[in-house]
Amino acid sequence: MSDQQREAAFSRRAVLGWGGAGLALGAAAAGGVAVAAGGGGDNGPSGGGSVPFHGPHQAGIATAVQDRLHFAAFDVKTDDRAELIRVLKDWTRAAERMTAGHAVGDGAYGGVPEAPPDDTGEALGLPPSRLTLTVGFGPSLFDHRFGLAKRRPSALVDLPKFPGDNLDPVRSNGDLCVQACADDPQVAVHAIRNLARIGFGKVAVRWSQLGFGKTSSTTPDAQTPRNLFGFKDGTRNVSGTDTAGLDRHVWAAQQPGAAWMAGGSYLVARRIRMNIETWDRTSLQEQEDVFGRDKQEGAAVTRAKEHDEPFLKAMKPDSHVRLAHPDSNHGATILRRGYSFTDGTDGLGRLEAGLFFLAYQRDPRTGFIPVQSGLARSDALNEYIQHVGSALFAVPPGVRDTDDWWGRALFT
Amino acid sequence: MSARPRPLLLGTAAIAVAVTLSGCTQKASGEDGAVSVTASDSACKVSTTEFPAGHVSLALENKGSRVTEVYVLFPDDRIAAERENLGPGTKATLVTELGPGDYEIACKPGMKGDGIRQKVKLTGRNAAAERSPEADAAVAAYRSYVLAQAEQTLPKAKAFAAAVEAGDVEKAKKLYAPSRIGWERTEPVAESFGDIDPKVDVREDGLEDGQDPETDWTGWHRLEKALWQDKKIGDREKELAGRLMTDLDAWVKKVGTAEITPTSMANGAKSLLDEVALNKVTGEEERYSHTDLVDFKANLEGARKSYDLLKPIARKNDSSLARELDKQFASLTKQLDVYRTDDGADQDSYTYRSYDKVSEAERKDLSDGVNALAEPLSKLAAAVAK
Repeated sequence: MSDQQREAAFSRRAVLGWGGAGLALGAAAAGGVAVAAGGGGDNGPSGGGSVPFHGPHQAGIATAVQDRLHFAAFDVKTDDRAELIRVLKDWTRAAERMTAGHAVGDGAYGGVPEAPPDDTGEALGLPPSRLTLTVGFGPSLFDHRFGLAKRRPSALVDLPKFPGDNLDPVRSNGDLCVQACADDPQVAVHAIRNLARIGFGKVAVRWSQLGFGKTSSTTPDAQTPRNLFGFKDGTRNVSGTDTAGLDRHVWAAQQPGAAWMAGGSYLVARRIRMNIETWDRTSLQEQEDVFGRDKQEGAAVTRAKEHDEPFLKAMKPDSHVRLAHPDSNHGATILRRGYSFTDGTDGLGRLEAGLFFLAYQRDPRTGFIPVQSGLARSDALNEYIQHVGSALFAVPPGVRDTDDWWGRALFT
Repeated sequence: MSARPRPLLLGTAAIAVAVTLSGCTQKASGEDGAVSVTASDSACKVSTTEFPAGHVSLALENKGSRVTEVYVLFPDDRIAAERENLGPGTKATLVTELGPGDYEIACKPGMKGDGIRQKVKLTGRNAAAERSPEADAAVAAYRSYVLAQAEQTLPKAKAFAAAVEAGDVEKAKKLYAPSRIGWERTEPVAESFGDIDPKVDVREDGLEDGQDPETDWTGWHRLEKALWQDKKIGDREKELAGRLMTDLDAWVKKVGTAEITPTSMANGAKSLLDEVALNKVTGEEERYSHTDLVDFKANLEGARKSYDLLKPIARKNDSSLARELDKQFASLTKQLDVYRTDDGADQDSYTYRSYDKVSEAERKDLSDGVNALAEPLSKLAAAVAK
């Protein structure tokens, strides 16, 4: 643990301890606790493992990819617009606290003994672990229920059916999503669990996915991580520090009818099951041909180094890198921050594993859709993978300050 | 309940935890070491001035020449317990439930005036707050509800047992679910008697290692399996029907002695929803008969009863919570009643769609509805404890 992390961990405990003591003093101290809670957003531990929550864009997109993921999609169960707004406001306040390393509400202990505590407590004593929480709105949110139909951005399309898709409806779609990324899985799970709890009765978890072993990097000088097939992928991913690239490929522009999305992004989430066992029985040559890279270095065919520009025509026409490359897709570029997953084994003893693909882009019609159309038709990798879950979300711009909340521009 | 040997029912230490969680405890009255109060025309002698809170048993004796009465009073002179019309030379026992704190015991020779008083201190860690009259009223009303449910269950259970004893499979199947409704409505109280629940409501996977389902499994679910899976009634089943009645008789006798507090009522309501979330929504509880939705309804009604009785207190302390609970109770009731298959005329013998005919998507919806109610309901105890 770095000194900064240690300091952050200490601050978390200090704030909690203070809140607990305040409660023990009785009703007179309640105001003091409220002040501590309000101040926790901006004045809590900063740096040292915490990613700033406020800003023009939501954290968790250009942020250097953390090690772990808990992603959850929610259905909105209420038809009451005010209740939905209440959830988004409550979520925002809780997210401010959790990303700064503080407990939710009045904390995990020290409250009324007869009642469950506000915070579930499993992140006590852990540093913020660079937790980011990123919210998105699915196409289904823009139906008749909340009067949002006219505000649905044209880029928030219904994804087409791609050849080979075998989508499970209970692992697809959703009115809302929250992406929790952190360097500690317990911190990410804690965040989703507490947001789900705050939302009960108004929103319900539709599906969720845990991820580990980031499969792409937004910091190109770091080593590109490998996926569960053992290959480096996403070498050419958009860098989190490449402002021009982000403006061009990731941040949404102001669109007619959807001004609220300016500075936001569009998130495609796909659960891609990998046929691990058959892949592992595949010859090295075939594996390298499928990707179009060598397994050791990650260099494209005929190239020496991973970051050497690939010579597409030297690759097999159905190789993954060739088909996914911007040059094969009229320049289409997306920011990937997917994770590997394994949910144990299926009933047949096969690893229930794969890639949980997460991609951010300015517009899926010029980003994911053309790229995936080509891949779904021709990619040699299709023999070893299957897309089993799918969702698309409009990710609104960032929360500016402690008066702002997720989605304010959409709802007001 | 008793899907599997849940830690709550394992061992005595665990039972102590269960007792704390549900707040419903059982204690026999008239324990040894009762405190004696000897009244005379000019004295009110208490054998000890400091004794444990909880179930308190006072052995009263009037050695005076006039009729007297004995009171246990709060510091503000509110009556905590009383015994009137104690004639000269007579004895009586006053059993009551008191939290820790300072009290006065007063004897009133001639049943007049302020009486002759003696300060006493009740000790204990269970710092239950003093009850307001409305809390007492809620507890009293809930106690009589629990008793009434138990008493109304007996004839229904008897009819079910009689059908089993007569070897009538079809009739027994019809009478099975209704025979459980009163039990399911008041399960947290019934469960506080650690010995009865495992006898009447355990499921096969709730048996411990070394227990033989043939000989050690008793109660409703054993008969459920015979009726729906084995589809026959043998001598063993007839014997078990009789034993079920013996155990339910014991339940009815005990239920009036359960300790009930406003927080135990609130947490009991929450634990009824937990029952639904863990065992009914999954179809685990009634895996042979698929009558899970009848149990679901009964659990919901029992929780609703607790809440309705506590509502005046909850509304005063946390009005937005009360509004939310009103809404969620109504909403889940409405959601559940979509599956009802009778005309709704009989409150004690309703029927619902067989749970194996409830789709995964419908179960998910029911589960979401249960979460929507159970989450705010978990805050009720704090609201009534304020």
